[in-house]
Formats: sequence, C-alpha cells, structure tokens
Amino acid sequence: MTERNIGDVILKVDNISLSFGVMKVLDDISFDVRQGEIRSIIGPNGAGKSSMLNVINGFYHPQQGSITFKGNTRKQMAPHVAASQGIARTFQNIALFKGMSTLDNIMTGRNLKMKTNLFWQALHIGPARTEEIENREAAERIIDFLDIQAIRKKPVGKLPYGLQKRVELGRALAAEPDLLLLDEPMAGMNSEEKEDMCRFIIDVNDEFGTTITLIEHDMGVVMDLSDRVLVLDYGKQLADDVPDKVRTNQTVIDAYLGVPHE
Amino acid sequence: MIYRETGQFKSSYESDQALFPIKQDRYVILGVLIVTFGVVPGLLNEYWLNAILLPFLIYALAALGLNILTGYCGQVSLGTGGFMAVGAFSVYKLMIAFPELGFIPLVLLSGVITAAVGALFGLPSLRIKGFYLAVATLAAQFFLIWLFNKVGWFFNYNASGMINSPPMTVFGVIITGPEGDMTGKYYLVATFVALFALVAKNLARGRIGRNWMAIRDMDIAAELIGVRPLIAKLSAFAVSSFYIGMAGALYFAVWLGSAEPTEAFDINQSFLVLFMIIIGGLGSVLGSFLGAGFMVLMPILLKNIMVDGFGTDAALAAHIEIITVGVLIIGFLIVEPHGLARLWRIAKEKMRLWPFPH
Ligand SMILES: Nc1ncnc2c1ncn2[C@@H]1O[C@H](COP(=O)(O)OP(=O)(O)O)[C@@H](O)[C@H]1O
Ligand SMILES: [Mg+2]
Repeated sequence: MTERNIGDVILKVDNISLSFGVMKVLDDISFDVRQGEIRSIIGPNGAGKSSMLNVINGFYHPQQGSITFKGNTRKQMAPHVAASQGIARTFQNIALFKGMSTLDNIMTGRNLKMKTNLFWQALHIGPARTEEIENREAAERIIDFLDIQAIRKKPVGKLPYGLQKRVELGRALAAEPDLLLLDEPMAGMNSEEKEDMCRFIIDVNDEFGTTITLIEHDMGVVMDLSDRVLVLDYGKQLADDVPDKVRTNQTVIDAYLGVPHE
Repeated sequence: MIYRETGQFKSSYESDQALFPIKQDRYVILGVLIVTFGVVPGLLNEYWLNAILLPFLIYALAALGLNILTGYCGQVSLGTGGFMAVGAFSVYKLMIAFPELGFIPLVLLSGVITAAVGALFGLPSLRIKGFYLAVATLAAQFFLIWLFNKVGWFFNYNASGMINSPPMTVFGVIITGPEGDMTGKYYLVATFVALFALVAKNLARGRIGRNWMAIRDMDIAAELIGVRPLIAKLSAFAVSSFYIGMAGALYFAVWLGSAEPTEAFDINQSFLVLFMIIIGGLGSVLGSFLGAGFMVLMPILLKNIMVDGFGTDAALAAHIEIITVGVLIIGFLIVEPHGLARLWRIAKEKMRLWPFPH
C-alpha cells in the first residue's frame, strides 16, 4: 500500500455498552478511528459488529458510554443528525431503494446537499433546476468512478447482487461523507467482484481521503486493507491492534478457532 | 417504427433530465394538450362534458393527490373522501365569506386548508404503518363526515344539511353551480388539472419526490442518509391533501353544484380513488389519469353495452360492474402493481426496440 496519510482522531468511542433486554450485545467497548484510516472491525457472527455501527450512526441507543465525532460528544442522536455531521454507511443486508433507478438512489444520497424548497421544486425552475443539474453532475462522477454507467436508469431491485452492493456504496459516497461505515461490503461476492470492491475502497480512501470503518469476514482482505483492526467476540473487545499483531494474538486465534468459552 | 430514441443524443444532463426526454413523447403531450383545449370543447356536447370529462378530470386530480401519498411515499390512506369534503366545505365557506377574492384563489385556498388538515391526520404515520395507518385514516374519514353532518356552522345551518354553490365567475363566465357555463367549467378544470399534473411531475423528479420514494422503499436507510421521516411523510400528506382538497372543491362547486356530506364524500369515494391509482399505476402521474379515465368510463361503457345493447337488467349490470372492478383490482395487485401505466411503458419499450425482440 502507498504511503499512509493518517491524521488526528475523528471518531472516539468510549465505554459503549448496549443491551437488548437481558442480552448484552456490546460490553464496554472503547476505540478510536483516525482521519484517513481504514479501520476494520472483525469477529464471529453475532459478535456485535453491526450493532457497533448502528450505535455510531445513531440508530441504536447505547445504555452507557459516549461517542465523540469531530469533537462533538454525545450519548445518542437521531440518524439524520449523524448523517448531517458526515457519517454515511452501507448495510450488511442491502438496503437500497428498490423501486428507484441507480441514478435516483445515488441522487437521494445527495439529499443533504440540496436545499431548494417545495415552491421552486414544484415549478422546477430557477434554483431548483440549477441545483438538480449540479448534483446530477456529482452523481455522474460517482457513477463513472464505480463504472456503473450502463445501469444508470435501471431499477435497482432487478440488478444482480454484486451490482446492488456497488450502487449502495455509490449512494453512501454521494453524501461525500467524512466517515464511511461499510458493513460486509463483500459478503456473497465472487472473487472478481471482491477485487473490484477492494479497489473501490482503496481508491475512495486514497483519492477522497475518506475515513473508513470496515466490517469484513475475509481475513485476507482485512489484513491487506486495514491500518488497525478491532476484534469483537460476544460483545467483548478481544483485541485492538495493527493487522500483524492481531493475526498472531492467541485470544483472537482461539476465538476464531472456536475454543469453547468458559 | 417511429417511436425511437436513436439519433436523439443527449448532450447535457439538463436535456436528459427534461420532463419528456424523448421527442415522440413531447409530441404526444403536445397533441393531448391541443386536443384537450382546442378540439374537445368544440367537438363534444354538454352531456359528454358533464357526464364524462368533468368527473374524469376532477377524479384525475384527486388520484394525483392520493398517488403522491400512497404511490410515491408509500403511506396508505382511506381518508380521500373526507379530505375531499374538507376541500368542498372550505370552498363553500370561503365563497360565502370572501367572494371578492375570486374563485380560483378560493380553490387554491381550500387546497391549503385541506393540506393543513391532512398533515394533522398524517401525524399517526410517524408511529404506525400499513394496515394500522389505513385504519387511522379510515377513522379520519368517518370523523370528518360526522363533523360536516353535525356542526351546523359548516353548512350555514341550512335545514337540509346541504351546501349549495353560489354562482361565481372566472373571466366573466359563470363557472360554479347549476347556472354555470359547461364549456367554461371544462376549461377551468382542465387548466387546473394540466398545471397540477405538471407540478406533480416536477415534485416527483426532484429531491422531495426522491425522498418520498426513499421513505416508501426503505425508511431506515432513508433516515440514515439524512431524509427526515417527519418532514417527508407530513409533506406527502400535506401535498396530497392539497390536491385532494382542490379536487373536492371543484367536485362540489363546479361539477355537482350542491352536496350533502354523507352522499358525496363517503367511504366509497375513498375506495374509488384508491382503485383508480391501483388500476392506473402506483407512483405514476400518467397512471392517475389512466385510472381515473378507466373508473369513470367503465361503468358508463358497461351500462351502454349491457343495458342498452343487450337489454340486461340494470341491477344485474351494476353487479357485473362491481365484479369487474373487483377482479381487476385483484389482478393488478397480484400481477402488475404498477397498473395500466406500466403496461403502456412495456408497450412503448417493445415499440422502441422493434423489430428486434431484445
Ligand atoms: N435490534 C435488535 N434487537 C435484539 N437483538 C439484536 C438487535 N440487533 C442485534 N441484536 C443481537 O445482537 C447480537 C449482535 O448482532 P450483530 O451486531 O448483528 O452482530 P454481527 O454484525 O457481529 O454479526 C446478535 O445476537 C443479535 O441477535
Ligand atoms: Mg453484522
């Protein structure tokens, strides 16, 4: 990988605990993400990785702990506030707008960049028109970047799985986020599609300087891409280190090899 | 085939985003407008205008409204009849209190009042969805009709409980009530419908329309990219009710001339407009027109064929009509939820690619 350009801490997670009823999903988790980093979260199924992302972008409300993003500390917030502060994400189970075209999905991702009111939009003149064209240009740059020109006008519900994942990345990128949360972006892909997705992630990080938090099961990918790796298991924090250290960490190996829990 | 996109290269996003990017579509729309405003009034007699075209246009406006809420934003409503009543009673009270404002502004104002009422009854949609929301809007329907029957102020304490439209003019022509000029009524309603169809199309292709559809397709993801459910849903309820309120105002003041809430605006109206958008096509401006046309024309056609043509018993003909609608609704819901508009799109698609099947 090229020379890394890592800055200050952009996201700080402090002592987060989250339970659903009696089930403790996250237990006192603390870590940070630095500007420009690719930061991975790994762990077996049910470890609480997706829940962690849900806490970060305001969808789950933890019982304890706090989140500091770009200097603002909070215990919880509404998802649209997280979005307006610059956090975007993709989902483990694709959550596209199925009835809409690829282009409209990506344009919806730019919704926070668009401001004209109902009146101008109803007439589709003046500022509404200018704004639509400007944002269309931005959307088209993303479409070019992801190489999905051919499916621009297709309803996304009918696209193959791999392409849907790509469109979902496009929708998240459209918001020009500071922090991009990717929940298993390569799950269910063949190796060629995986390679493409890896390249996109590296390029996004490299060219736009976007900070990325990545959940991924493919250890090869994780070890290649990540600057640092956080390991979760049953809601507990097992390790948090650079890939080489994590790879040789005995507790992590045990967790992955399925050593029974005491 | 003549319906072709080939050779019409779009050189800018602006032209690609145009209302009708394909030239032939523009010609069709132009043709429809010329026929609507130039040919129809001279060609058709009063019976046609009054029995078919006025109700078709007014219902098309109501269907556009419900389609914004249900087709685009995914919020089911069974309150259409009630919201039409709000528009009708608003325009009635306004016509009597402020006749000097003129009829067109009063219709718009009735739409605004209905928008506020609609947004209010849309509040439950922030908590409940689907079936439960349908029940909540059904409650709105019954409450509103009850209100307009019970509270004398709304019908100016008229002993019959009816409201009657006083004569009002637009450009010197009487438009409302029984003395109204039929051609004038037609022009007025057609203008309203054409303009607000354009507005619906504009909203649908811009940010607001995309946010509505995002809420419809995947509300959680929408919220996580910054769409505010509160604003998206309530704006859909408000805009939808604005349309339905204007439709109710025109329905009462221009078409019926007088109305009684239980008869004119009961739950059957809600279902009728809902059927229009299901048959015509959910989430489609064109579909609102196709559905309204179908539901207005079909009973007349069936009656003409069966009763006048074959001498079928009128009651039996009415039953056959109900069965036909029922079968079509089920058919469309199962096979083609995007309705007639979608069938039209597929036909166009086939033409575009002809003679190559793929
Ligand atoms: N909304 C929820 N309600 C109840 N339990 C949940 C909810 N979300 C996640 N969980 C539970 O939390 C645990 C962790 O889930 P998740 O964060 O999806 O794990 P991972 O992404 O690491 O596979 C699982 O046992 C899951 O069933
Ligand atoms: Mg997960």
